[in-house]
Amino acid sequence: MEFISILINGLSLGGVYALIALGYTMVYGIAKMLNFAHGDIIMVGGYTIYVFFTMTGHPLLAIAAACVMCVVLGVVMEKLAYKPLRGASPLAVLITAIGVSYLLQSVAQMLYGSAPKTVIIANFGVVTVGSFSISIASLLILAASALIMTVLTLFIKFSKVGRAMIAVSEDRGAAQLMGVNVNGIITVTFLIGSFLAAVAGAFYLLKYPSISNTMGSMPGIKAFTAAVIGGIGSIPGAMLGGLLLGVIECLFNAFPAIAPYTDAIEFALLILLLLVRPNGILGKKRREKV
Amino acid sequence: MALLEVKNLEVYYGLIHAIRDVSFEVNEGEIVALIGANGAGKTTIMHSICNLIPKAGGTVFFDGADVTRIPAHKLVPKGIGQVPEGRRIFQELTVTENLRLGAYTRKNKAEINDSLEEMYTYFPILKERAKQIAGTLSGGEQQMLAMSRALMSKPRLLLLDEPSMGLSPLYVKTIFDMIHTVNKLGTTVLLVEQNAKQALAIADRGYVLEVGQMIKTGKGTELMNDDGIRKAYLGG
Repeated sequence: MEFISILINGLSLGGVYALIALGYTMVYGIAKMLNFAHGDIIMVGGYTIYVFFTMTGHPLLAIAAACVMCVVLGVVMEKLAYKPLRGASPLAVLITAIGVSYLLQSVAQMLYGSAPKTVIIANFGVVTVGSFSISIASLLILAASALIMTVLTLFIKFSKVGRAMIAVSEDRGAAQLMGVNVNGIITVTFLIGSFLAAVAGAFYLLKYPSISNTMGSMPGIKAFTAAVIGGIGSIPGAMLGGLLLGVIECLFNAFPAIAPYTDAIEFALLILLLLVRPNGILGKKRREKV
Repeated sequence: MALLEVKNLEVYYGLIHAIRDVSFEVNEGEIVALIGANGAGKTTIMHSICNLIPKAGGTVFFDGADVTRIPAHKLVPKGIGQVPEGRRIFQELTVTENLRLGAYTRKNKAEINDSLEEMYTYFPILKERAKQIAGTLSGGEQQMLAMSRALMSKPRLLLLDEPSMGLSPLYVKTIFDMIHTVNKLGTTVLLVEQNAKQALAIADRGYVLEVGQMIKTGKGTELMNDDGIRKAYLGG
């Protein structure tokens, strides 16, 4: 029975990773770049929640503020830092993204210092079934992540903008010839990715109620790993990779002897998987265009 | 007045001067063929008209308006549709989704549905395969899809880049019949082809391109009977 409780915790942590991984994978698929500042959007969301929660004491209001803040940040980041580099070498874009990441971390440190702060926005307690107990927060996060991912999948599949996103990710030039404004689609992608990061950040705070200027790094890199495991550029891949990584993490953490090595094991699994499937689980080989 | 007028076009690929001082025009209602060997710069011209690649010089007028610097996606609602070289259909989307993307800039849903039905009447095979993932279609079917997708925007000018490339003779005939039909229904066509014989046979006028420069122009039939052209492009 304990296994079920581990599984639910794992899936809810996996849901958080998946939401973050979606941001990486969508931006990679559509803008063809790795936004290494994506994890730091979570951090900005975390501080926004902290500020609004201490001001108003209202958790939902604080989360809503974080969503708005992160969406604005994501879109502005793209416009100022990445859009001028459209068509530049991928390395220039990559180093810019790393620069943006450090910029955000340093600004947060200047404003709030580097000492972690505790933010408990809500305490849902646990539900006990028979001999084992499950955190209600985990159940809520799991349900909410599943809902968000379903809505996103339907949006991509059935909306006009969603189809344009697939078209741009597959062939930017051909999409332009259909009349798709590629810059507009990239903006929408950053908007959605940042929104998902804000929500994921709020969920992450429910699980680990501590914020610092580097809090985005670890979930960011884990989610990036999840995106690569699932197949970078693939939306179902990011979901699958995230859930898989979350479950693996919680499973290993359940054994006290293994727990200290969980992170190492996760990244070792990534390397092993890439040796067998270089494109990730659901990633496909793309035709290179000349 | 010409519907499309390209004046003194210059394009560079890095240091390579790919297109030198190319000028041509396409009048309303015409089929104009641009022929030339592989590497002559035909596709480069097509891409630079639509600003998929930048122009180093020259001007492009469409319907009397200067569209030299208008980005590709804004040319579609103005009435320029393009079937790119190599078809470039969206492999992961279904046939219908591809067609609907062709109508991306149109608003009226009922009219879009009418156009969809129209395409299905031109190419019944596309209706049969409506829900199929486009990447699984044969080359000929993909070309039909690419052409229908471009027509879904209801273009006044259709740019076709190597529509016969890699197709069996039967499909080549289907595609060229369709070009003829589309033109009869009022769409102006600019056709780029290595298959000079086929292209000149349906073209009102033709231009011959050689290593980035326009070397000859004339009526389709004239060019077909021109000795130099016959030797170079029509196999003697």
